Formats: sequence, C-alpha cells, structure tokens
Amino acid sequence: MATDSQLAIWEVFMQAKPGANYIHAGSVHASDKKMALQNARDTYTRRGEGTSIWVVPSDAIVASNPDDNDMLFDPANDKVYRHPTFYVMPEGAKAI
Amino acid sequence: MDVLEKTDSIQAEMLRHFEEKIERGDAIEPRDKMPDAYRKHLIRQMSQHAHSEVIGMQPEGNWITRAPSLRAKQILLAKIQDEGGHGLYLYSAAETLGVSREELIGQLHSGKAKYSNIFNYPALTWADIGAIGWLVDGAAIVNQVSLQRTSYGPYSRAMVRICKEESFHQRQGYEIMSKMMQGTKDQQEMAQDAMNRWWWPSLMMFGPHDSESPHTGDAVKWKIKRHSNDELRQKFIDKTVQQAEVIGLTIPDAELKWNEAKGHYDHGPIDWNEFYRVIGGNGPCNRQRMEHHKRVHAEGAWVREAAEAYRLRKEKELLHL
Repeated sequence: MATDSQLAIWEVFMQAKPGANYIHAGSVHASDKKMALQNARDTYTRRGEGTSIWVVPSDAIVASNPDDNDMLFDPANDKVYRHPTFYVMPEGAKAI
Repeated sequence: MDVLEKTDSIQAEMLRHFEEKIERGDAIEPRDKMPDAYRKHLIRQMSQHAHSEVIGMQPEGNWITRAPSLRAKQILLAKIQDEGGHGLYLYSAAETLGVSREELIGQLHSGKAKYSNIFNYPALTWADIGAIGWLVDGAAIVNQVSLQRTSYGPYSRAMVRICKEESFHQRQGYEIMSKMMQGTKDQQEMAQDAMNRWWWPSLMMFGPHDSESPHTGDAVKWKIKRHSNDELRQKFIDKTVQQAEVIGLTIPDAELKWNEAKGHYDHGPIDWNEFYRVIGGNGPCNRQRMEHHKRVHAEGAWVREAAEAYRLRKEKELLHL
C-alpha cells in the first residue's frame, strides 16, 4: 500500500466582522489553496463566526522563539519620553 | 560537573521554569519548552478525545436514514456534522505538539490510541439517539467545560469552540426523551429502556475513581485536568437526576439518593469489570467501530491521492508557462 498522505497543513485566520483583526482559528489539511479555503470554511465558520478567511501554508509561518521573549518583548519602560504623561504642557493649553 | 550532571541541572531548571508558569496560570503554547511527560500526556488525551468525536459519529449515523421525521433527520445530520468538526478542531490542536495526522490515525488503527468507551455500545432504538444526546453529550459537556481552563493553549481554545456548539446537542437529546415520555406506553418504555442501558456507561465516561486513576497525578499538577474524575461525575449526576424526574424517567440505580449533609447525590457502585471488559476490546461494538473506520479510511485514499496528483499537475503547468 502506498504511504498515506493526509495532505499539507494550512493555518486558518478568521475575521469575525468587517474591520476586525484576523484571528487564528486553527488549522486544516488540504492539497491546494482552493481546498484549504473550502475546508477552512466548512470547519471553522459553520455558525456565522466569520466574514472573511485567510489560509496560509503552516510551513510559511515563521514564529519567534519563546527563549528570546525577554529580549524581543522588553517593554523598554526606561524610555519614559515615549509616554504622553512625560511632557509638561503649558498652563491653560486645551485639547492636547 | 560532568556532562550528565550538567544535563540534569538544565532539565531541572527547565522543569522549574515550566512549573512556575503553570503555577502563575499562564497558558503553555506550542513552541514553549515543556516536559516530555506533559507533551505525551496531552497527545494521549487529546488524540483520544479527537478519536472519540469521530468514532462517536457511527452510532448516531446509524439512525440518519431512519429518523422519524424530516425535522429529526435535519437535526441529527447537523449534530453529526458538528462532531466531525470537533474531531478536526482536536486533531488540529494535537498536531501543534509535533505529532502528525498520519501518526494519530495510525495509532487509532493499531489500537495504541483509544477512544471513549461509550461508543462501543450500540444505538438500538430511536430513544438511544435521545439518550446519547442527553446523557453522553451531557457527560461530555461537564468534562469539556472543565477543560476550557486546561493549561495547554491550543487544547483550551478548541474546548471553548466545542462548548459553544455542544449545548444544542444535549438539548436535542433531552427533547427526544421528553417527547417519548409524553407518547404511548411503548414509547415511554423505549425511553426508559434507553435510559437503563446508557446511564451506567455514561457514568463510566469520567473514568476510574480518583483512588484508581493512573493518569491523575501530574495531569492535575500541570493543570491539564482541572477537576478529578469523581468531581466531574458527581457534577453530572447532580444535574441529571432532576432532568430525569421532570420527564418521568427513573434512574436505574436503587441506591441513588440525595445526601443532605454533602449536598450531593450518593450513587450505587459502578461495575468496573464491565468498564475494563469493554476497554479491553470486548464491548458489543468495538470490532465493528474499528473495522468501519479502517474501511472508510482505505476507501477514501483515492480522493487524497487524486488531490495530490491534481496539485502536482497544476504546479507543473505553472512552471512550463
């Protein structure tokens, strides 16, 4: 028997309503773009969960390494001048 | 320090870091470092859960062509479609742990991976479809609501999605039972007969008593499991007894009675010999369920092959343009 293939994995991103961010919903298996889109629709939006879908081949996604989190996501709180409260506004100035 | 000692200390440091995260209530995500035992436990539990959703389509699928009305048929079709979807959510989540769909299905077919014991019982009458929705899905919901807070992110997210869809399943089952209890004497007896056959296997769905459960220790510490088997079983019993009373069904347990002091129902002993007999492969439908899955999987192979062949041809065409 030939080796069984369950087809490639595609990640599915869904927009819940127009204007909203696309959010990762899960993944599907498919042989090509068209099937990936169809399977994503059938699997993840059977109850009006979305108005738009992106599918991306899983191996095209590059993810950061959790070990680098301290370096990558340091909030740089020492740069206080990046906050609006850092600045002294002249007495009496409005709407700023 | 020699090399082994150094590896041990790195391992210990990793475990400490991991357990601190769990302690803080942070979710664990696919690329985070995790102990092998955590990964293994999750693959085992999640794949069993996924297989259960898919195998669970069989006893219900058995009734699609014989549903008593068009309304009943539409509902049953939609419910079974949901179960297939739930299986896919869970396979997708399990794959984030580095196990492939091919491996997962291979483990099901070889018997290495299990599915819920409950699906080794047959759906003999239409009332069984009611009992499966009300009791089996009811028990599954208690477990799945608890798992929404499991520590592994993808599993937790799949559970949230599943729980949103699951409550219709339980209500459609209860409606079937309720209608039959308002019907003829034969229909009432059929409903009670289904209740009698599905009650105890439903209680067994939560697994062995806490004192006997081989997988509980680390699973609780690592917050894979958020409630113990006995806690979940008790929760299911407490909410189901009243529902049975409302429609006039009798729970087939002479020792079932309200315990005022505990604020829970006490129940009679569960026949664990039956549980282990069915898990061991000797339930009424074990062989039928597996043979069906293997046969359909093999019969569908040409579809996957054709899809791959089509993709290859399209890719070639693009290159030649």
